[in-house]
Amino acid sequence: MWRDALLVAGKDLRIEARSKIALNQIAPFALVVLLLFAFALDPDRGFLQEATPGLFWIAVLLSTLLVVQRSYAVESADGGRDALRLTGLDPAGVFLGKAAAVFVVLAMLEVGLGVGVRLMYDTSLRGWPVLLVATVAATTGLVAAGTMYGALAAGLRVRETLLPLLFLPVVAPVMIGGTRAFAAALDGSSGEAWRWCGLLITFAVAYVALGMLLFEPLLEDS
Amino acid sequence: MTTSAQVETAGRPTEDRLDSTGSRFTRVLGVMVVLMLVMQLALALVISPPEVLQGDAVRLFYLHVPLAIAGGYLGVGLLAVGSIGYLWKRTIFWDLLAASAGELALMFTALTLLTGSLWGRPVWGTYWEWDPRLTLTAVLFVLLIGYRAMRTASTDPHLRARRSAVIGLLAAADVPLIRMSVDWWRGLHQTATLNPLNPSLDGMMLFTFFFSMVTFTVLFVWLLVHRFRVAWLEEQVADRALDEAITQRRAEGQETQ
Amino acid sequence: MEPVIHLRDAVTVLGRFPALAGVDLDVARGEIVLVAGPNGAGKSTLLRLCAGLAPLAKGTGQVLGFDLARQRREIRRRVGYLGHANGLYLDLSAEENVRFWARSVGAPPGDAVATLDRLEVASRWRGLAVAHLSAGQRRRTALACLVVRRPEIWFLDEPHTGLDAGSRDLLDSLVREAVAGGATALVASHELDRSAALATREIRIVGGVAGGVPGADERSDQPMGEC
Repeated sequence: MWRDALLVAGKDLRIEARSKIALNQIAPFALVVLLLFAFALDPDRGFLQEATPGLFWIAVLLSTLLVVQRSYAVESADGGRDALRLTGLDPAGVFLGKAAAVFVVLAMLEVGLGVGVRLMYDTSLRGWPVLLVATVAATTGLVAAGTMYGALAAGLRVRETLLPLLFLPVVAPVMIGGTRAFAAALDGSSGEAWRWCGLLITFAVAYVALGMLLFEPLLEDS
Repeated sequence: MTTSAQVETAGRPTEDRLDSTGSRFTRVLGVMVVLMLVMQLALALVISPPEVLQGDAVRLFYLHVPLAIAGGYLGVGLLAVGSIGYLWKRTIFWDLLAASAGELALMFTALTLLTGSLWGRPVWGTYWEWDPRLTLTAVLFVLLIGYRAMRTASTDPHLRARRSAVIGLLAAADVPLIRMSVDWWRGLHQTATLNPLNPSLDGMMLFTFFFSMVTFTVLFVWLLVHRFRVAWLEEQVADRALDEAITQRRAEGQETQ
Repeated sequence: MEPVIHLRDAVTVLGRFPALAGVDLDVARGEIVLVAGPNGAGKSTLLRLCAGLAPLAKGTGQVLGFDLARQRREIRRRVGYLGHANGLYLDLSAEENVRFWARSVGAPPGDAVATLDRLEVASRWRGLAVAHLSAGQRRRTALACLVVRRPEIWFLDEPHTGLDAGSRDLLDSLVREAVAGGATALVASHELDRSAALATREIRIVGGVAGGVPGADERSDQPMGEC
């Protein structure tokens, strides 16, 4: 399983390294989202600093959708959707591999977004240990759920519109938990932030486990 | 086979009767539901007294809470059971059970939201409060819309069944997590609710409340049986069409050879 | 000898359409079976069913001793399938694609290069992204991805389409080589002349059922006959 996961993750990351879609298209998109928030909220009155946790996670959520969509688009780019099934790789391994590749790409986007809010919204990033843990836990949860829903929508005529409808409500706990953890950490109350980390970790563990269990029927599709 | 046995006990229509979803059992149940609803109306609107603080608005609760419980607990619970059953047994019975439960849960959840905001207007002064339970219901409503969207997204019955089962299971597993997060999120935000275990409640109000729970549970079961049978009959029709299509396709082969 | 493919009354439903309407088929190890028939007869579906890619709705089937209803993953990892689409990763180079497939079956790293050599893939376009390759080069890369896995059964759906004369000869010799080494092949094709020369037996699919072919007995007496 781990060998298969490594193989799939390596393949996906290599594709990203070659095509640079995340770098050239998704990262600029995330930047545009940060700009739009500044247009929507008055940048002079401190609204942006106050709203940073929420804006950051909304930008991450929207980017996740694109990264996941891309992750499944490469599988069917050449017309076939059989490659992953035909390899006979372990389904849990395929899930972990695809999720790991999405995680790496998303983590890089988050670093970019972090720098973005620091510079553009002038938010001081305090309490970084808890910020880091919250980010890793929330990202793991997002990536696990995203990889599942990406596979669920893959191959359908309505995949582009179905994916956000399925994915966004499910990650409501991550959105709430990530935002609250960040807000608490930036306020300097890290005790409160750690409590939210607990929720984020629970979500991440639950969805990674469900993904490993439930990916097989999705890989079986014709 | 497990499935056919279970379907049999649920009153499977015989092969020759594809014209009705009713049976003696459901007719008795249906009459019961109507009588209970009439009695429920009398209890909720006339017999039970207004509440001290909320006044007549409390009457909406005899509708709102049972809808929420039948849709949220019973509906989503059966959606999860059907989804697990399908992934385990891979028989259409479980898929149709999940589909019927999911659809009814969607309807009940929509009505929960509607009655909740109608109740909120006089009591809270707004149609919407970010009350933990109302928020949970709203997220659940969108999750169930997603489940339904998947059911209409593919015409391949097996693909649809597999993917819907996974979505049903993931959505049901999400409910406790959403519950926990909205509870913490709105933890300090106390809103007026009605707690049936509140000892200050009038005895008649308590009776009305519990009676409404029973009424709406029976209503849910009655609707579920019918919805399931409609789906089951559709499946039978599709099966017959498939058998015919197979015969036709074979004939096409023989002609040419 | 136990057949490597054994189908009885196999039905495959795609959506609500019975693409296969009850196929009986036995294929022994070492055969090269040509699957002929008009468009829409179910040739591709038959290949996909046997490769564990299309579902078995009714009837029974075993491939390499594994059940088609329950053990499709075991089947998939042991067979090779080349369909109409190449299913390559367009952003990766030809060599990287082949390496991915080699590693998926745990083949030694040298195999990828050896296969590319055997398929006479010019080294100057091995490192190019598949997106930049011509249709013929892509087809050859896809074939290399199949060969490198050393599958026990080759399922080739219209393999000659899009290949030039040299590549076609190469394909035929690859199939013969593999079969001599103990593999089995099912080839679906329109180009009967080309494929009939390769095949040891011919079956005809019409209306989702398999039929015999007049003169098939004679063909099996040919030098490339059943083992």
